[in-house]
Amino acid sequence: MTPQVLNVGFIPLVDAAPLVVAQEMGFAAEEGITLDLQRAPSWSSLRDMLVFGRVEAAHMLSPVPVASALGLGGTGAALSAVSVLSVNGNVIGVSNALAERLRAVGHDFAFDDARAAGEALIRAKPQDRPLRLGVPFPFSMHAELLYYWLSALGLPAPQGVSIHTVPPPLMADAMAAGELDAFCVGEPWGSITVENGAGELLLPGRAIWQMAPEKVLAMRTDWAEREGALVGRLVRACWRAGRWLAEPGARDLAAELLSRPEYLNLPVEVLERSLSGRMVINGRGDTRAVPGFVGFHRGCASFPWRSQAEWIAHQLAARTGLDRDAAARAGAQAFRSDLHRAALSGTEADLPGASSKIEGAVTGETSIASAAGHLSLIPDSFFDSRVFEPSSQE
Amino acid sequence: MPDKLSIIVVEPDRDRAMLIVDSLAEAGDYDLHVISEVTGLARKVTALNPDVVLVDIANPSRDMLEELTLASGPLDRPVAMFVDQSDDGLTRAAIEAGVSAYVVAGLKPERVKPVMDAAVARFHMFQRMRTELETTKRALEERKVIDRAKGLLMKARGLGEDEAYALLRKAAMDQGKRVADVAQALVTTAGLLG
Repeated sequence: MTPQVLNVGFIPLVDAAPLVVAQEMGFAAEEGITLDLQRAPSWSSLRDMLVFGRVEAAHMLSPVPVASALGLGGTGAALSAVSVLSVNGNVIGVSNALAERLRAVGHDFAFDDARAAGEALIRAKPQDRPLRLGVPFPFSMHAELLYYWLSALGLPAPQGVSIHTVPPPLMADAMAAGELDAFCVGEPWGSITVENGAGELLLPGRAIWQMAPEKVLAMRTDWAEREGALVGRLVRACWRAGRWLAEPGARDLAAELLSRPEYLNLPVEVLERSLSGRMVINGRGDTRAVPGFVGFHRGCASFPWRSQAEWIAHQLAARTGLDRDAAARAGAQAFRSDLHRAALSGTEADLPGASSKIEGAVTGETSIASAAGHLSLIPDSFFDSRVFEPSSQE
Repeated sequence: MPDKLSIIVVEPDRDRAMLIVDSLAEAGDYDLHVISEVTGLARKVTALNPDVVLVDIANPSRDMLEELTLASGPLDRPVAMFVDQSDDGLTRAAIEAGVSAYVVAGLKPERVKPVMDAAVARFHMFQRMRTELETTKRALEERKVIDRAKGLLMKARGLGEDEAYALLRKAAMDQGKRVADVAQALVTTAGLLG
């Protein structure tokens, strides 16, 4: 039987790995599908390719389907996240000038303490204007993490912080031009900034939230509901790719695959850093070990928890002046734990009993109720130990 | 609303920008601006307060325009990706042609249509030019690689030019590959062996 071809869009980032691995390591073929992976030039273009049917599915920033559900950005077409493709994997970096000032106020660049780094940043920032930060897209975990982190430390937007969209390839120029003091990007862009001598790395995203849903497998909601069998095949292929990526040793091969010209077209050495969790943070070659820098499988990483979508909706609503409860209700529907569950039931994947959880409450590895009874969650704390209680408890 | 639509074209390439401006000027009487420097793009667009923004889909700085859709201040005018729910053919045609349009919310589709039609026609032409350019460039590069591979074979095995090419072609057929790919492998290997 000829495999069915699915057009899947991606942005050239390390966390496109589950899609690349699903295609290249045969997980898609096992499900009788071929992924025609199409590289997109920008998040807005990728979202539009999805909405207008140029691709059936896409590697997407987790807040994009939620924002669409809230009527923010795009055409308003309903999008569904049927799996989480990756958790964490972002990095915060600062311009060389700001790095100098951080050292002057005594910051040690330990790379693991969001409170210490944030407080140092507030002391070192220019006092006569807001701190200027770049993110890849207005609806991104990058933006959400920065808003959450800095407002918790007493630097609220817009008085103390201005966050702007700058495509990652232009971040270095924007810093050199004095338009930006700092940025939050996905790999390999942090490492590329270091390689080019344009800045230094301050903090991995997971230091702010240890289990932040980063990229999702997104599709048009009408397509997802109509093509249940295909959705199932794609979800299973990606889930198995994520499990493969979690195996020791797989990440070297993953870096090789991603480095190919048709995917990221970058040196393997730069891609290995984030996959192995050994980040080079400055031009002097100082490294920091970040276990779990980016995750694809452990701790039920692929499950699209309704409560994650609700957290994102809550943040977006607070910032844009929407009604928070209504936004949380609408946003939660964008993460389709029901479709994810349907796709994986009856497979080797163990699934949680609930579809929503208190975000930030897991401080150590914890067993949870699941179909096969051997599922654990891993720590998902926020740096300030707050927890988020979703309204849609099931 | 003033009678004249104001349109911003975001395009770093000066020649392309002029071509777009020319075709829009033919399509109607518009107030036209070009932004070629993308630093601070969202701020510049806000300052000009346009009715329509046109940008190449392949331009990564398009993401900077997305934050305009979040603008909520009383003086800001929300800009949205143009879509008319009753007829998304226009947007689809634009995407196929490689142009994205941001249009002020509430602007009537019939006022935007001539703009889009002109832009779509122009961007289709750009796409054809881009494809032609890439194809020509690739063919030229492949020709160079094949010539170098032929040279290597002629030197190493004392063959004539035609024989060297025949050998490359046979190797390509045996391996189910393109001649250019076999030639590239040979050139790379020879480079490694010194």
